[in-house]
Amino acid sequence: MSSGNREKLDNPVMEWVDSRLPIFSLLQKEYGIFPTPKNFNYFWNFGAIAMVMLSLMIITGIVLAMSYAANTEIAFDSVERIMRDVNHGWLLRYLHSNGASFFFIAVYIHIFRGMYYGSYKQPRELLWMLGVLIFLLMMATAFMGYVLPWGQMSFWGATVITNLFSAIPLVGDSIVTLLWGGFSVDNPTLNRFFALHYLFPFLIVGVVFLHVWALHVTGSNNPLGIEPKGKQDTLPFHPYYTMKDSFGIVVFLIIFAGFVFFAPNYMGHPDNYIPANPLVTPTHIVPEWYFLPFYAILRAITFDIAIPFTGLVLCPAKLGGVLLMFGSIAMLFILPFLDKHPVRSARFRPWYKIALILFVINAFVLGVCGGKPAEGFWVPLAQLCTVYYFAFFVVIIPFLNKKEPVVPLPNSINEAVLNKNTKAAS
Amino acid sequence: MSADQTKKPSSTEGNHGEGETRRDFLYLTAAAFGAVGAGSFAWPLIDQMNPAADTLALSSTEVDLSPIEEGQAITVMWRGKPVFIRHRTAKEIEEAKAVDLGELRDPQTDEERVQEGHEKWLVMVGICTHLGCVPLGQKNADVKGEYDGWFCPCHGSHYDSSGRIRKGPAPTNMAIPDYTFINDTMIKIG
Ligand code: HEM
Ligand code: FES
Repeated sequence: MSSGNREKLDNPVMEWVDSRLPIFSLLQKEYGIFPTPKNFNYFWNFGAIAMVMLSLMIITGIVLAMSYAANTEIAFDSVERIMRDVNHGWLLRYLHSNGASFFFIAVYIHIFRGMYYGSYKQPRELLWMLGVLIFLLMMATAFMGYVLPWGQMSFWGATVITNLFSAIPLVGDSIVTLLWGGFSVDNPTLNRFFALHYLFPFLIVGVVFLHVWALHVTGSNNPLGIEPKGKQDTLPFHPYYTMKDSFGIVVFLIIFAGFVFFAPNYMGHPDNYIPANPLVTPTHIVPEWYFLPFYAILRAITFDIAIPFTGLVLCPAKLGGVLLMFGSIAMLFILPFLDKHPVRSARFRPWYKIALILFVINAFVLGVCGGKPAEGFWVPLAQLCTVYYFAFFVVIIPFLNKKEPVVPLPNSINEAVLNKNTKAAS
Repeated sequence: MSADQTKKPSSTEGNHGEGETRRDFLYLTAAAFGAVGAGSFAWPLIDQMNPAADTLALSSTEVDLSPIEEGQAITVMWRGKPVFIRHRTAKEIEEAKAVDLGELRDPQTDEERVQEGHEKWLVMVGICTHLGCVPLGQKNADVKGEYDGWFCPCHGSHYDSSGRIRKGPAPTNMAIPDYTFINDTMIKIG
């Protein structure tokens, strides 16, 4: 992080600081002149948007924590007090609860972008894996945050998810007791979830730092998936992409504000406005929408895996569901090592493009299944989609590695961009 | 001469080798002590999450059974969990006893799940062994599932009139807590 050949700054105060801690030089290098492919489309906005949402969550979260009380007796009421009595409390809470949803929207689009344009491929494998780690931490953070208002969905969501760990052979029950700090989800559980909900976003900040650092080592991918070859292929980050990112952020925030002000509970569940009751389970427990595809995979395993005719169960249904749910994220994690096809961008991979679009549709169908009661045809449908989810990673991608033709790629970003313009002009 | 020859190389080799093993030994012991130290500091940090003494000491619960009529059930709280107490009808007991153990996922006779002489009382932790929801079936108007017992709406587990798992994703029967009859109409759970 030294500045290398530092250029003298005009402002004497800035120069005094910079010669001792080259922070302005660093910013100039990484966000000013940083050479960035000149052919970005709007999919490249979502990293910056995710960063804005993370900051928003931390800021609104810290001020909410000033009025929130993590005690089962008063947690629900303290949130209602935030909504009714605390100055602007309703706004802060709706920003925070809808902010979580929009954070996930941004990150899901960001992940899709990576998959479509092959951004996970060599040399960006570690950058991608750090991204998956951020996604995991986000899921843990959002899950624990949703428990805090201590409504019915909070309580029963926490019960169902913590019980997942009881599926682990031998030590499962001890782990669940350890998570709970008691014999059921109760006050100790709420307390530690609050402590960890406060901590995890800062861990996310740490991993985001590594993620961006890795990005600035390899440089950005781009819609063509070919590396920039020289100055003619890139633009300085500022003002070109600071401007484009700002525009994207503003559009995104307008839509976000629409939800916050006009449909703040659209993405929530009404049962969470009923205080937690350990004696009554709501008839239909659903997690927040952003977990639904994974929840569908969890519930898709309704059968034990046994050795035929012996009655020896190798993998009980409960463990099977849990393994697949975590496995579905593990697949994302190892994606760079599964996909060995030399071409990055789906623009030049028509077969992969079809498989990926089906994968996205499949993820949406899984989400719908996860939101429905596990009965009737929703069960076989979820099972079918689970099969496609995994087949995409372990069958289709390895198959395409060998079979999908490698087409000639454009010579350079510059040439491709200019050709497009002359074609459009003629 | 011969003695010298045999001695010399062995002593230099020995010296050389000894220098390395000594250093290795120091590294190893330092690392081992470090690991033990880190572990013994980490353990309190982890173990503090386990149930605290007062949580463990949560008193046992005494329940008066006399107001529960035949065919009815009540739910009491014990260690933060619902406990189902059901006054079973003759038909329900009959059904529970008639089951062929070979059909069961978690084979247990009805006798193993109640106390001798008190077969009409089924006392169990009212928590689905799948992922911890509270099954329906305590109220007369509730759905009781396909085996005249309890039904868990979360992911569709069916329990019979002895609280044994019969259908759905749950792996085991609903748990029987430790309890004793203080007299014919009083029990102490825990
Ligand atoms: C990665 C960033 C974060 C995510 C994804 C997140 C997510 C959530 C979610 C989903 C809720 C439940 C909202 C509801 O339904 O009411 C929540 C509640 C809460 N969060 Fe966060 N959060 C984040 C960061 C933070 C931070 C840094 C704090 C600081 C202490 C915080 C403090 C709170 C508090 C006090 C509540 C309870 C009040 C309420 O329910 O509105 N959060 N969080
Ligand atoms: S918790 Fe009862 S069926 Fe899943």
